[in-house]
Amino acid sequence: MEIMTAALVVKDLNKVYKGGFQALKGISFQVEQGDFMALLGPNGAGKSTTIGIISSLVNKSSGSVEIMGVDIDKDFSLAKKFVGVVPQEFNFNQFEKVADIVRTQAGYFGIDKDIASERAEKYLKLLGLWGKRDEVSRNLSGGMKRRLMIARAMVHEPALLILDEPTAGVDIELRRSMWDFLVEINKQGTTIILTTHYLEEAEQLCRNIAIIDNGEIVENTDMKSLLRKLDSETFVLDLAKDIEELPELAGYAFRLVDAHTVEVDVAKSQTLTPVFAVFSDSGVEVKSMRNKTNRLEELFVSIVEKSITD
Amino acid sequence: MEIQKQFVALETIVVKEVRRFTRIWIQTLLPPAITVALYFVIFGNLVGSRIGEMGGFDYMQFIVPGLIMMSVITNSYSNVVSSFFSTKFQRSIEELLVSPTPNHVILIGYVLGGVARGLSVGLIVTGLSLFFSDLTIHNWLVMTSIVFLTAIVFSLAGFINAVFATSFDDISIVPTFVLTPLTYLGGIFYSLKMLPEFWYYVSLANPIVYMVNGFRYGILGVTDVSLWITYGMILMFIGVFYSWALYLLNRGSGIRS
Repeated sequence: MEIMTAALVVKDLNKVYKGGFQALKGISFQVEQGDFMALLGPNGAGKSTTIGIISSLVNKSSGSVEIMGVDIDKDFSLAKKFVGVVPQEFNFNQFEKVADIVRTQAGYFGIDKDIASERAEKYLKLLGLWGKRDEVSRNLSGGMKRRLMIARAMVHEPALLILDEPTAGVDIELRRSMWDFLVEINKQGTTIILTTHYLEEAEQLCRNIAIIDNGEIVENTDMKSLLRKLDSETFVLDLAKDIEELPELAGYAFRLVDAHTVEVDVAKSQTLTPVFAVFSDSGVEVKSMRNKTNRLEELFVSIVEKSITD
Repeated sequence: MEIQKQFVALETIVVKEVRRFTRIWIQTLLPPAITVALYFVIFGNLVGSRIGEMGGFDYMQFIVPGLIMMSVITNSYSNVVSSFFSTKFQRSIEELLVSPTPNHVILIGYVLGGVARGLSVGLIVTGLSLFFSDLTIHNWLVMTSIVFLTAIVFSLAGFINAVFATSFDDISIVPTFVLTPLTYLGGIFYSLKMLPEFWYYVSLANPIVYMVNGFRYGILGVTDVSLWITYGMILMFIGVFYSWALYLLNRGSGIRS
């Protein structure tokens, strides 16, 4: 059986900036082809430095990076062909037209004009920017600028797409359309690494997750395994009528938020059936129920807090 | 990156550069035309008519090659320094850095962009000079080769300035305090033979003297300095500046952290 080359292999990666700040402390992780991976971490954890090294914008201090089996120290030029990067900050010429920015990027990858024009049209249409192709880029809205950077990163059709907080400051509707686009290109075989502060986004899109904190990988696993680590969840129940006293149920902790809203902590070993039953028995109907916080968010906070105390 | 793809990348950079300076032609192509037209009117026509002959030609004819060369020098330099610095400033340089375009292609692309602007302005100024003076070319090969090679030298110098620059002030220091004095003292408005011996030899340390005189030889057939030294000096500057600029790019100076 043929073993597929990993899309990205990072080994013992270190980065010490001028002045002595160590942004990365020997991190290692691997991303398989076709994966959709979340790279999470608090601000200043080392995510952007890692992406910078993979995309050649930051010089590493030591360690190795292989992209589609190509060591960046041996043939960075070849390795770069496999990578598309959508950075956190807008980094295109604000005075250039939208289509020119995308076509020019194709040219930098040695793609002929005709193919570059076809690809520019394809990705600008997919990202809803074709109507703005002759617009000067500084006139675009923030969301459009982010989509422009995705179109630009896709124009050479990379095997590995890295997105550094692509949906920051983007409205919900637009964010969802960007999710659809990313899911679609992932289905077509593009490996995706996503950094985001919206943990709901990571939970919804990504199969695997690495959490980086203070320059170290503190968690690297698949999303399901990670979520299984959650000991308990807090649910918020909206009641059909007001109550004055909380029900009593052994093993469950209830809190009254207001007269018709109750919070309850449910351990992994428990079910919600007794909760509904206790309200039903006292003649109170539960109108709706939701998680108090995103499940991944709870885990993320606990993992990062643990890494700080360790 | 395969050679054919390197040519595509090179063409892309050059087209982008030409698109940039033609898009903002009011800032790039028009001002030198107005400035040089004023030189022609004031120094050539009004003052020049009282000066009489210089180097065997009337004063207007004498200063035309120097003024063309001055425009080429300042515009090739300022095109690259401002374009490359603004790509650093806007971080759009990252578009190039994440691509497989080799550093020598990036350098040559920016230099050709500077040469294109320098020669475009040179052509405009030459066209303007025809309103004030007849233009006969003594040696086409010398004229075109000197102007082309000089534009390369100053495009490379502008690139190095842009790599080191960290603010917009840094890109105006060299043109103001180095380039302008050297250009004005580079034999545009006078023949070196008019100078006292001491200043004559001091002037020979100014590389722009050789470029202006070499170009003047191409047009008028007269020069104050040896043509061979002129070519040797220009080629030496190209070699040194190209190697330095490429070294800085390979190191990632000012563009990679």
